[in-house]
Amino acid sequence: MAKRIDHLGLRSAMADRLLPMLVGAMSFLAVLAIAGVLAAAALAAQWQGDTGAALTVQVPDASKPAASGSGNRETAVLGVLNATPGVTNAKALTGAELDTLLKPWLGEDAQNLALPVPAVLTASWSGAGSITSLRAALDEAAPGTLAETGARWAARVAALTTSLQDSAAAILVIVALVASAVIAIATRAGLAQRRDTIAIIHGLGALDSDIAGRFALRATLLAGFGAIIGGGIAVPVLLWLATLAAPFAGVLPQSGTPPLPPLLWAALPAIPAAAALIGWVTSQLTVRSWLRGLA
Amino acid sequence: MVRFEDVWLKYRRAGEASLAASPDVICGMSFEIPDGGFRWLTGASGAGKTSLLKLMYLAEHPSRGQIDILGTRIGKLSRRDMALLRRRIGVVYQDFRLLSHLSVYDNVALPMRLARKPESQIKADVTELLRWVGLSQKHESRPDELSGGEQQRIAIARAVVGRPKLLVADEPTGNLDDDQAERLMLLITALNRLGTTVVVATHNLGLVARYPAPRLEIAGGKLATDG
Repeated sequence: MAKRIDHLGLRSAMADRLLPMLVGAMSFLAVLAIAGVLAAAALAAQWQGDTGAALTVQVPDASKPAASGSGNRETAVLGVLNATPGVTNAKALTGAELDTLLKPWLGEDAQNLALPVPAVLTASWSGAGSITSLRAALDEAAPGTLAETGARWAARVAALTTSLQDSAAAILVIVALVASAVIAIATRAGLAQRRDTIAIIHGLGALDSDIAGRFALRATLLAGFGAIIGGGIAVPVLLWLATLAAPFAGVLPQSGTPPLPPLLWAALPAIPAAAALIGWVTSQLTVRSWLRGLA
Repeated sequence: MVRFEDVWLKYRRAGEASLAASPDVICGMSFEIPDGGFRWLTGASGAGKTSLLKLMYLAEHPSRGQIDILGTRIGKLSRRDMALLRRRIGVVYQDFRLLSHLSVYDNVALPMRLARKPESQIKADVTELLRWVGLSQKHESRPDELSGGEQQRIAIARAVVGRPKLLVADEPTGNLDDDQAERLMLLITALNRLGTTVVVATHNLGLVARYPAPRLEIAGGKLATDG
């Protein structure tokens, strides 16, 4: 096998510290952006599920007799909810729960004010059937009853999530472009420093691919190394952020540090690979473009 | 064979967008050197000798005219084919152009490594050439640890190690004493007898007289004498 000689002296011409540091910083940001995308997607899925499935029913004059004449209006509405396919976990909020809900508007003791506070029932709704039919059935049991689903809020959460994911994707693109620019600048600095050497080797019959390949190998190694370091530093930060986000993700505090999503673990090794690829492509293009200036 | 047909060359001046305003350094030169031929290239300093050699070793493209090198018309060669053609040309530069970060051995081995020759062949050929130029004891030295004459000998060894079909030398004896210059000329004439086409630029008319051969004499970028 041919002896691998550093003909171009690139071990000294292409900085060993600055390029890996900058690519490492870019990789750190890339990992955070990917984690942001995944976290936003996971939280959105959970929030959309919770919000979209929520059914809230207000029954005015709850203690008055129902339209059917048997029991009061609240009991009648509860009966309709329990009898409707796709509606589960129907229950009436207690007086204390209502007080908590109304506290921001009516103060500590809303139930004892001389205000007609409706009974509030909650349930989970799978979305089967029509909300209009359900409303009609509830109104028939207790005229004036209002039923609301969380669909509108779920749509807003979906829009917010999409915006967050688009922003994270834009950050990834910017990070890749900046990393590419950093590598191009480092490569051009190496070319400037080894101008005479390259001219000699070019004159001796080196192919453009020989020269570009040596720069690309150097840039690939440095970028890949920097990305491994940057990605490695990001892991403890991600674990800390996952701990902070645990209450929103439904992870119980006593279960210790929440696990990172499997997709994120899969993405971590892809960052150095992507950085190495960016390094290889950028340096190849930079060197070949520069070489076209030679005869 | 080396053939120039009405070749012109001008260099772009710094800051100028086009070549049009630049002066011609080679003006309508036409000549032919047959395979295995030997030519001295003479002329006053600034006459255009180095520019003519640059055209021969493909470091410059003519601004007009046609050049054939080793039977290949260079006008429409791809960059890859141009590089492969350069591997068949040995060049001794006036300023040596050795790579300071490589050892003497690696400098001489460079053309063979670029041509992807096997290491066993490289070792045999480089060792033999270093012995011939009297520098086998310094094969691990760096060029900047050597004298000017020693660097010249390394540059010559590098130029001939790949057994070039065309050898172009720009003042190859400029830093050599008489004895070393004689040894160099023996090597060059031996290569020439083996079929290498040789062009040597020199100011040393004594050397030209000792080794009679046709002469290309240029003056003011024009061919004054051919033969």
